[in-house]
Amino acid sequence: MSDASERTRIKSERYESGVIPYKKMGYWDADYTVKESDILCLFRITPQPGVDPIEAAAAVAGESSTATWTVVWTDLLTACDVYRAKAYFVEEVPNSTEEFFAFIAYECDLFEEASIANLTASIIGNVFGFKAVKALRLEDMRLPYAYLKGYLGPAAGIIVERERLDVFGRPLLGATVKPKLGLSGKNYGRVVYEGLKGGLDFLKDDENINSQPFMRWRERFLYVMEGINKAAAKTGAVKGSYLNVTAATMEEMYERAEFARELGSIVIMVDLVIGYTAIQSMCYWGRKNDTIVHLHRAGASTYTRQKSHGINFRVIAKWMRMAGVDHIHAGTIVGKLEGDPNTVKGFYDALRLPYLKENRAFGLFFDMDWASLRKCMPVASGGIHCGQMHQLVHLLGEDVVLQFGGGTIGHPDGIQAGATANRVALECMVLAKNEGRDYLENGAEILKDAGKSCGPLRVALDLWKAITFDYASTDVCDYESVPTSASS
Amino acid sequence: MTRLTQGCFSLLPDLTEDQIKKQVEYCIKENFAISIEWTDDPHPRNCYWEMWGLPLFDMPDASAIMYEINQCMKAHPSIYVKINGFNNARGVESTGLSFIIQRPSFEPGFYLTRQEGKGRNIIYTIQSYAVQSAGEGARY
Repeated sequence: MSDASERTRIKSERYESGVIPYKKMGYWDADYTVKESDILCLFRITPQPGVDPIEAAAAVAGESSTATWTVVWTDLLTACDVYRAKAYFVEEVPNSTEEFFAFIAYECDLFEEASIANLTASIIGNVFGFKAVKALRLEDMRLPYAYLKGYLGPAAGIIVERERLDVFGRPLLGATVKPKLGLSGKNYGRVVYEGLKGGLDFLKDDENINSQPFMRWRERFLYVMEGINKAAAKTGAVKGSYLNVTAATMEEMYERAEFARELGSIVIMVDLVIGYTAIQSMCYWGRKNDTIVHLHRAGASTYTRQKSHGINFRVIAKWMRMAGVDHIHAGTIVGKLEGDPNTVKGFYDALRLPYLKENRAFGLFFDMDWASLRKCMPVASGGIHCGQMHQLVHLLGEDVVLQFGGGTIGHPDGIQAGATANRVALECMVLAKNEGRDYLENGAEILKDAGKSCGPLRVALDLWKAITFDYASTDVCDYESVPTSASS
Repeated sequence: MTRLTQGCFSLLPDLTEDQIKKQVEYCIKENFAISIEWTDDPHPRNCYWEMWGLPLFDMPDASAIMYEINQCMKAHPSIYVKINGFNNARGVESTGLSFIIQRPSFEPGFYLTRQEGKGRNIIYTIQSYAVQSAGEGARY
């Protein structure tokens, strides 16, 4: 005589207990019609030897949405087909035999509104350690309009920041105080004053300057504000310095941010390592307190740089625009840090454009409307100098903060001279660009001419003329760039 | 001597009329409407300089714009004049280019007053020598 539990066993083949392939569980649907409200992901998958790419894609869809490794009857208590993510297209990665691109669609209701933490807990939660894939990289995401409307985005962003600073028509200029560590508060403020007086818009704390024994944070903030205000009076221009409020706890970060605001700072800074939730909190704080929020992408290269595994930085850039940072470090192309030109242009597009068009040469795989979220200001920092100004203006455009740390403070005639050299180099290049000159071709000559009436620029050009960082990039796009007509 | 370094091009030698015209032509090409503004109080937080009429919308002729620029400078020969290119494109709807084209021959600049606040906090105020020393219209 059988007992009740045996008699009520589920008869449907799909729900027979045991293990069935993910693609048979409903996580693969080649005929799926993408909904406008779906969140779309593009993964680069390297399946383990012998694993079918479609099964690998379905497994990624399953593990990043509703699935576990075996069949569960409790699925039947839900409208489970809606909640299952669906891999709907798989293609080979150009020039690779073992990597595949997998497109996966997620129902919008799988995610809590306006929570980067919740979004990422699903999309990058467990699945990156999944044994059936040898490596996995999240390459791009299409966030739907309806979902984006839950986010506030940058409170200031490019446009409002420019209005607050009253600087239009040229990149902003910054510099990071060097040495990164060890200066006392009073000496630190000196660097800020000199740089701003020389012509920069911003100075900046480095990512690892928080509150160490050689300089506690209050000391730094007080002296930096003296430097800022004195430079503002000397130049008649609005000036700022990113005060890094990164700390061990939210309570401590709020305390530091409140103090920065009390002192009249127009900008605070946090590091990416504080985490997505903390970043979102600090952005809400910045919105409430009229303070620009600068994000340093400390730690990002640990998971963004290698091509086969991790997260492409363009996805981080999108998340951070949603979270609401006003500034984010996004690469220099010509400087000392990783950055293939087309890949970096893709990051800049993701941060600055109101609409994204699929452009695989830049690594953009989806059309995406940013739903009026404000534009996030990219920051180019790391190993750049004024002799590269024509390339920087050409590659990065106008809406960017160009940050010369060593390239300001390392000037033989002092920080002010370094700052002036950078500002004059920038302004002469923008002037030439607007005049319609071929400034890229004639950059060196334009700089040399400007140097005739600017000693600091002449000295800087002479010192750094031969410095380049020509190393092959690890993170490059898979598609060749195709020439497009001027109208497209 | 102080030099006001607001906006674009202010660390370059003063632009010539020909250079200004080329920037005006750039603004026309970019579809920016040019507005001309003047002030004798260029405090860094003074975001409303006086307008020389309305922004020059639908004015594709650089010479006509240069005429207005020169008229403004003639009417206010010894104070600050700047031009702004306004970009009304969706997603911008703000200024696209802004630079000073005329400044007084002597710029006395600003000074900082420091009021001791709580603890070591200092409350800073930026004040203008010119504004402090004379009334509007008699400052330079």
